[in-house]
Amino acid sequence: MLESRAIAAEPLIRAENLAKHFPVTRGLFVSRTTGHVKAVDGVSFTIGRQETLGLVGESGCGKTTTSRLLLRLEEPTAGRVLLDGQDVHALRGAELSRYHTRVQAVFQDPWSSLNPRLRVRDTIAEALVVNRRVTRAGRLERVEEVLHQVGLPLSAAARYPHEFSGGQRQRIALASALAAKPELIVLDEPVSALDVSIRAQIMNLLKDLQAQQELSFLLVAHNLATVRYIAHRTAVMYLGRIVEHADTESLYRRPLHPYTKALFAAALPADPDAPRDDMILTGEVPSPIDPPSGCHFHPRCPFAMEQCSRVAPELKAVAPEHVVSCHLY
Amino acid sequence: MARVEERIDAGFAASTAADASAAPRPRGDLARLPWVSLAIIAVLVLVALTAPLIAPHSPTEQSLPDKLRPPAWEAGGSTRHLLGTDVLGRDVLSRLIYGARVSLIVAAVALLAGGGIGLAVGIVSGYLGGRVDSFLMRVVDATLTFPTILIALLLAVSLGQGLQTIAIAITVLIWARFARVVRGEVLAVKARDFVALARVHGCSHLRIMAVHIVPNVLNTFMVLLTLHIGFVIIVEASLSFLGAGIPPPTPSWGQMVADGRSHIASAWWLSVVPGGAIMLVVLAFNLFGDWLRDWLDPRLRQV
Amino acid sequence: MTTEAPVVLDVRGLRAYLYTRWGVVRAVDGVSFTLREGETLGLVGESGCGKTMTGLSIVRLLPEPAGRIVDGQVLLEGDDLVAKSEAEMRRVRGRRVSMILQDPQTSLNPVFTIGDQIMEALRLHHSSGERSLAGRAEAALRQVKVAAPAERLRAYPHQLSGGMKQRVVGAIAVAGEPRVLIADEPTTALDVTIQLQYLALLKEIQARTRLAMLFITHDFGIVARMCDRVAVMYAGRIVESGPMRALFRAPRHPYTEALMASVPRMEGVVTRLPSIEGQPPPLHDVPAGCRFAERCAYVDDRCRREYPPTIPVGPAHEAACWRVEPSPPSR
Repeated sequence: MLESRAIAAEPLIRAENLAKHFPVTRGLFVSRTTGHVKAVDGVSFTIGRQETLGLVGESGCGKTTTSRLLLRLEEPTAGRVLLDGQDVHALRGAELSRYHTRVQAVFQDPWSSLNPRLRVRDTIAEALVVNRRVTRAGRLERVEEVLHQVGLPLSAAARYPHEFSGGQRQRIALASALAAKPELIVLDEPVSALDVSIRAQIMNLLKDLQAQQELSFLLVAHNLATVRYIAHRTAVMYLGRIVEHADTESLYRRPLHPYTKALFAAALPADPDAPRDDMILTGEVPSPIDPPSGCHFHPRCPFAMEQCSRVAPELKAVAPEHVVSCHLY
Repeated sequence: MARVEERIDAGFAASTAADASAAPRPRGDLARLPWVSLAIIAVLVLVALTAPLIAPHSPTEQSLPDKLRPPAWEAGGSTRHLLGTDVLGRDVLSRLIYGARVSLIVAAVALLAGGGIGLAVGIVSGYLGGRVDSFLMRVVDATLTFPTILIALLLAVSLGQGLQTIAIAITVLIWARFARVVRGEVLAVKARDFVALARVHGCSHLRIMAVHIVPNVLNTFMVLLTLHIGFVIIVEASLSFLGAGIPPPTPSWGQMVADGRSHIASAWWLSVVPGGAIMLVVLAFNLFGDWLRDWLDPRLRQV
Repeated sequence: MTTEAPVVLDVRGLRAYLYTRWGVVRAVDGVSFTLREGETLGLVGESGCGKTMTGLSIVRLLPEPAGRIVDGQVLLEGDDLVAKSEAEMRRVRGRRVSMILQDPQTSLNPVFTIGDQIMEALRLHHSSGERSLAGRAEAALRQVKVAAPAERLRAYPHQLSGGMKQRVVGAIAVAGEPRVLIADEPTTALDVTIQLQYLALLKEIQARTRLAMLFITHDFGIVARMCDRVAVMYAGRIVESGPMRALFRAPRHPYTEALMASVPRMEGVVTRLPSIEGQPPPLHDVPAGCRFAERCAYVDDRCRREYPPTIPVGPAHEAACWRVEPSPPSR
């Protein structure tokens, strides 16, 4: 499913060696920094136009923090995020305003994503109003347009969030992300809080929207099947680093990194006769405050070798469009 | 494409029909109103507003031959002074009615001022966090450790007695309580996704505070207001009782209780009547505040 | 084979309603199933279908005062739990029937150590002396594969990870050696690699103690891995039940079929994921006929008018649908 158009053009988004370290402080009157949570520790990737990059991993891997760095909800400790070559965190004034119309987001929890005191139309139009993209008359027109795009009736505009179900609220959230005609939407677990049969509705909608508009997605998720359905390329994160990154088909057909293999084994197929690959990892997911030395995964890795605890492996291209960071390769 | 949309619309229509009955107005809501509290509050407000019209006598008119008459139902009482007279022959009922005005005005002014300041501080502190928050909360802590009545007395002594002084004193006393609670609510609201999304939309901090934070803490704020009315009335009464409140001859319930102190054994009605009024009104506001909190709560969290 | 094993839990026509100011919510509206020793029954459905309420009804922990069991029997080894008094139920819970809930954060008391909480469970269910309790608590932790159990006994819940908390919850649940374990979405809040460990642990405990498990979930992947039999719930009722493989190979109820089709697969790429339009009916206002009628691709007039009977559609496999072909039940 990889469209080659994304390769030729300059990528829409480029993340270069992104890092985010949160200080851990102690002390009552004077706080001392006793350590750092290395939530994101040197992450690089690109997202092309009309392309979806899937970012998968378990809790603590840094995928949510990465998405927040892209959205300017966090400042990077190191590294840059470039939108069409411009450093996103250096933007000010009118350029910043323009950025907000180009990059939007949909978050996981439909019950917390909408201001319960605002009517649906006001939430949807907010990005337009705040960035002065529309006249009063144009506002309602645009609201109705996006409501139609996400499959909600026009009557929804005047209502309040509590009148809608979870799936409908996610559509509203999507509509408010679409209103300003963004080029990139960051989707942080957009369907995990929804019922199974509703997930399919939303996933189909996302796919359709991407085909109809020049939309790129950064899809942060832990459900591998969901990611496979719409991501062109997928990156696997563990403890703040990308351990494998490939075009989706390649990754799913031939996962290389031991952690990716474990993740795939743990994604239980809805098929009792599917071949079982019981790669059950021992131990817990380590804390990002004090990650293991060398390759972060070595304590749980069934293939760990002597050098894995000493040297952190580099991201190496093993096949075209398939990089992996592991001493096995 | 059209077919998919049609099916989605049909699906939505079906689910809206389901939804309309899924989230109906709770039945039996009217029956659950706190009628007694509301009635008492309504009476209080009405009395305060129409005082000149309904008071049988002037509250300050003295009539020494009539002094210390008991209430009408006691021996020696008369229907001209339903609740008796005080040591200067002034009609207790009329003083009670005019006193309601004082209590209500002081409460309203102090709550609006104190509540307003507390709301603003709580919002700024909670939303901005960091050093602003630390500093403001230390100020709040300091204010909360002041001995309440002492401060009011100090103010009364330095600024002189009067409505202004009391209002200022009470404002100083209560703003900190509001600030603390509002800040807590703001922290909870701030953690919700729609606030982060507002930043992603490009909203300024000011807009977020005004459009996203304030409306979502208003419910708590309103409940706090109603729950503090009782407190404010008692503070005013206490200050007047201690002689630092509204100066005579303007009647205030606290003053009336104080005046009746020395006659407790012989002319019990002088203190008991205004004391009872204070108790009734404070109780009514507290019950109303409780009901308001319960009524607002599940609706807020309605899913 | 498990078909020979004795029935330990027999739920018959269970109805549990919630009396709210919006009306009567028929959370569980006529649910029947049996559970045999050593067997795992998966209770599957989406949110609001009544699966959690069913679990709570069995142990009589419905939210009070709104929740009430209005009909039916829950026979635990022949003993009707619905008829028992609260005092009698206290002796049943934990000792004969136990429950694991979804959220490890709130399942443990944050102000007591792990050791205290395990020992409390042990103390309730066994009469032996205090001194051996600590030893048995340590053994319990070891059985759920918690590393360094002696030290963990002194730890507080917040010092443990989610996966470890669920293991402790599991240890407490089986401390009384129950015959039936109800697991309500125990791995939903866990990372997938931890989930795999935990499911393997549950299977191991079950193999060792021959306990019967009612596994409540919405995840078909877990069902395929853990369950021997499956019951699918929709709007308060079971719409299909049967052996796990039969359900996956040939789901007979339209809801089961549509639900399974809407789950994205790891293997194979589809261009379009079928989804089910619309929503389940509100439980305080259920329609007279089949509750899935409005969303069903095979619906006809009779479906809307009358609720379908439960029809055998294969060996030990039944579905509540007018549109299926019945087949003679061969037990």
